[in-house]
Amino acid sequence: MKARILDLLKKLKARLYSLLKKFKLPEKKPKITPFTVLVHVVAWVIATIWLIPFLGVFLASIRPYSEVQFGWWNLQPFHLDLHNFVDAWTGQTSGYPLGNAMFHSLLVTIPATFLPILVSALAAYSFARFRSRTKDLMFLILVLLQTIPQQAVIIPIYTLFNNLHLLNNYLGLILLHTAFGLPWQVLFLRNFFATLPIEIEEAARVDGASYYKIFRSIVLPITLPALASLVALQFVFVWNDFFFALTIITDPSLALAPQVIPLLIGRYQLNYSLLTAGSILVMILPIAIYVALQRYYVRGLTAGAVKG
Amino acid sequence: MKDKNPFFFLRRFFNISRIFLIPAFLLLMIFMFYPIVATLYTSFLSDRTGNFVGLENYDFVLFHGVYPLINVPNLQQGMPPLGGLINNFIWIAIHLPVVVLSGMFLAVLLRDVRGGTIIKSIVFLGVVIPLVVGGVLFRFIYDKDAGVANAFLSLIGLGDLTRTWYAFADTALLSIILGSIWIWTGFGMIVYSAGLQGIPVELYEAAAIDGASRWKTFWRITVPMLRSTTIVVVTMTVLWELKIFDIVYVVTRGGPGGASDVLAYEMYNTTFFGRNFAAGSAIAVILTLMTVGFAAYMVNRMSKP
Repeated sequence: MKARILDLLKKLKARLYSLLKKFKLPEKKPKITPFTVLVHVVAWVIATIWLIPFLGVFLASIRPYSEVQFGWWNLQPFHLDLHNFVDAWTGQTSGYPLGNAMFHSLLVTIPATFLPILVSALAAYSFARFRSRTKDLMFLILVLLQTIPQQAVIIPIYTLFNNLHLLNNYLGLILLHTAFGLPWQVLFLRNFFATLPIEIEEAARVDGASYYKIFRSIVLPITLPALASLVALQFVFVWNDFFFALTIITDPSLALAPQVIPLLIGRYQLNYSLLTAGSILVMILPIAIYVALQRYYVRGLTAGAVKG
Repeated sequence: MKDKNPFFFLRRFFNISRIFLIPAFLLLMIFMFYPIVATLYTSFLSDRTGNFVGLENYDFVLFHGVYPLINVPNLQQGMPPLGGLINNFIWIAIHLPVVVLSGMFLAVLLRDVRGGTIIKSIVFLGVVIPLVVGGVLFRFIYDKDAGVANAFLSLIGLGDLTRTWYAFADTALLSIILGSIWIWTGFGMIVYSAGLQGIPVELYEAAAIDGASRWKTFWRITVPMLRSTTIVVVTMTVLWELKIFDIVYVVTRGGPGGASDVLAYEMYNTTFFGRNFAAGSAIAVILTLMTVGFAAYMVNRMSKP
């Protein structure tokens, strides 16, 4: 037993050393000139400007409103009070519980993230691999569809959903988000599939694998990083979406998380402690996704820019 | 040779590539093509009678102003001519150059800064958070008593200027445009950072050997090499500006008196408060023509060398 633990420790030590080596700073120190000092100062001033609003939101949310009414930067007196979060979550003051709303948001966001990826993966694969006379036209249509504002479709969709009893129904919202995610996802995946070597698939074809089998067991696994980009972006898009939710979910008891934020503002008085606590609850998930999948998120966003 | 499958003719017709396209095609048909066409059609009909009235709705929306729910005394009644359209253009005129230039500036600046990746992540947070929360952030910043913007003004001796900036007709639009710059700068920065990585290092090395100054290197190498990136950033930014809705809804609701109204919000207000679906469709069509037209122009420009 003891030997095993010692062995484990040794392994851990070796692992740590190798990690340290990896992160070791370069030996050559860059020359410090007045210019580099200036650049660093400017950079950190900018970082501060971007951090101040977040700092304000954080400091306002963890204190009673009476303390932040005349400025969260006054740190005297300072009382830690997490009641704002509880209040926002249960909807005590506002009557609109954010906890329920965030659960509703998840009910919409999770299917509306994975469904479009499945559909667009199929379509993009077909685009990238099969010849068609109308391909260029379809490509152009997809590019232009990406730019359609949500306002352009909402009136007929509203009427249609009203007739089909899909208003105040998450299914309609999920399908709508799925359709709106398709254009950019198909284009993104098409560009990705186009870079994959076709030889592997041809070899599998010779071995007698069906199109579906090739797609499932060869193409899909190689595509995982691209799919991670799609998941990160689409999740954040759908979670953050306000306009579709506002127009289709009109029943306040079914409202999604971003819809509750304006409701917290209230008609007569504005309790910034409650409002900022609610804001933190709503933005924590997109920020977590961004931090966890940062590389994929940025790659997805910039894919179009680099290729030109 | 005979196919064993009795439906072989069907198989040829629905070949596999088309089957893969069917779900996407159906979804796009129902949720995009059909509504777009229906919106266009509705915009030519009278809201009351349903008869064809030509461009009457467009005339109404653009030149007579629709503002159904404002009956606050001492406020300007109705919309100024062209309403939100003008405000959208003001938005683009201020927001676009600032965001594109500061995005490029930040990308170049943070490339050689230690901890630059962290600063980039911080600046980019504005793009990640919901726009609704972004709106709450400005309300908080611009508030007369609780806002940090006014505290800063007092600090530099302009204490008599303090007010709730978004609540007055003359500063409402400007203050939310300023806030939206804070939100969107991170986008330009991230895309430019990716573009910078695509510039071959040899170019900079050659410039260094030739003794080119930093300034000259920036204008002669970095900026020209970022041309296609700039087109992407400009396109995406203009589309974002035209589609602005959430921030206006949360911060000002287009007010006071339509001073900060934009097309997307005007469309929502006309349709769902005014219950004028025809006029709402007309605004939606105007907005769509602008986004699609601009995108088509930029795509065309990009394909040219």
